[in-house]
Amino acid sequence: MTAASATAARRAFAPNWAGRAGLAALAAYAVYAAAQLDITWARLMVGFGEAGRFLARMVPPNFARWELLVEGLLESLQIAILASALGILLSLPLGLMAARNLSPWFVSAPTRAFIALCRSLHYVIVAILFVKAIGFGALAGVAALTIASMGFIAKLFAEAIEEISMKPVEAVRAAGAPGASVLLYAVLPQVALRFLGFCLYQLDSNLRNSTLVGIVGAGGIGGTLFAAFKRFDYDFVAAILIAIIAMIFLAELVSGRIRAALQ
Amino acid sequence: MSATAEAVPDPLRPLRREWQRLTPRQRIGRWAVWLLVVAALVWAVRSIDIIPEFLADAPEQMADLLVRMWPPDLAHYYPSVHAALVETLHIATLGTILSFLLAVPVALLAARNVCRVPALNGLAQLVLVSSRSVNSLVWALIFVAVFGPGAAAGTFAIAFRSVGFVGKLLAEAIEETSPGPPEALRAAGAPWGSVMLKGIWPQVQPAFWGVALFRWDINVRESAVLGLVGAGGIGVVLDDAINFFHWDRVATVLLAILAVVVIAEILVTRIRARLI
Repeated sequence: MTAASATAARRAFAPNWAGRAGLAALAAYAVYAAAQLDITWARLMVGFGEAGRFLARMVPPNFARWELLVEGLLESLQIAILASALGILLSLPLGLMAARNLSPWFVSAPTRAFIALCRSLHYVIVAILFVKAIGFGALAGVAALTIASMGFIAKLFAEAIEEISMKPVEAVRAAGAPGASVLLYAVLPQVALRFLGFCLYQLDSNLRNSTLVGIVGAGGIGGTLFAAFKRFDYDFVAAILIAIIAMIFLAELVSGRIRAALQ
Repeated sequence: MSATAEAVPDPLRPLRREWQRLTPRQRIGRWAVWLLVVAALVWAVRSIDIIPEFLADAPEQMADLLVRMWPPDLAHYYPSVHAALVETLHIATLGTILSFLLAVPVALLAARNVCRVPALNGLAQLVLVSSRSVNSLVWALIFVAVFGPGAAAGTFAIAFRSVGFVGKLLAEAIEETSPGPPEALRAAGAPWGSVMLKGIWPQVQPAFWGVALFRWDINVRESAVLGLVGAGGIGVVLDDAINFFHWDRVATVLLAILAVVVIAEILVTRIRARLI
């Protein structure tokens, strides 16, 4: 036995050369990408100096214009409620049509494609298109978030339906029930609870997103936030951010309670 | 005759009784929830600020928009849209890498089996929660104010937004590891770094790659809109095209975003299937 093999045998863990090479490649890519995006050390240092000034101007938060703040928050809440309600109503039939165990392929395939399309565009982009098409205001926000809700709820609802047991369906069909009764008594009882869960989750995320669509003019607190940013009213920005975070936190608390009660 | 029949206990009696699925309390609770939902809807519909004229001609306007978008101006794709698209991918990838650099130490501090100081656990959790509750566009606004418009702001916005998500999932994965391997290493006298690298890391590795892929997919979607507030990427091109009413170019940009999002999702699904 040579000395070299003896030391090799004594090493508990062999060095992972593939892993190291991958890590080096990743680091090289990071340096390359940073150069491409023009992120340099000098710029970062200047930026951190600016960040200090920015934060200093944010404190203390300025709640003097609280009426504007409350108005914006309430509008965001309305957008979230309406978009969730519309999204839930529309995703019920969509989800049933997209489930491959209940619908024939020529119904489910186009529906699935439609749902995928709803999901793949970011809601802010959808909001821009609606703002251009139907004008500024809350209506565009409601429409954009309805599309996003449909994409999310209908997809998960269809997946939940595909996982149900087909035995009750068969039994109800064998007893000669019409299609509506099959859905009502064999399909929906198996997925109702999960559907409620998806709806709650989507209501939560609609509330988050409705505070944002205002940036592109689709109503809610986002418009106020963007305007405050543009006017360099950073103390008001801080107040708005605190209010948004508080509202989202409260909503999560409430929906967490409801979810616990459902189980 | 009838007297004896009444004396015999009726075997069908339980069946004649009216059974109900829910207790009265549960029924009242359900009614209260329905009432609340309806009340919220009525309040929202009645007080929301919708202009009826806009609602009335919405279908016409939508049709007009689609007609203007068709056919997409595909000649516009190269070079300007292509360059912006590549920049978007760089922002998403570099932002994800940066978020992992920031999130790993925070996740180690947040995991109660690695960091034994409750105060530090709480502090790390606070960092993670505040990162998650600020939306990526708001982070982008903040970093545009800090770094000025450009891809640097977008990269940092993506990174700071992802820290909360990544850190939370990593901390949960670390807390779920078996204490055996780290204990064995510690008993053999291994230093802290070796315990982490050989005791904890192999156990969290699958979760780590899963989280990384998942977050990268989300970041590709999100980095496409950052340009709307001036944080670089394809959003800038989209914003310009919309402001100049070049709807055929808007259609090209939207198609490009759609293609990249779909390809990223397919890629992530493939890699995940091979890794896990």
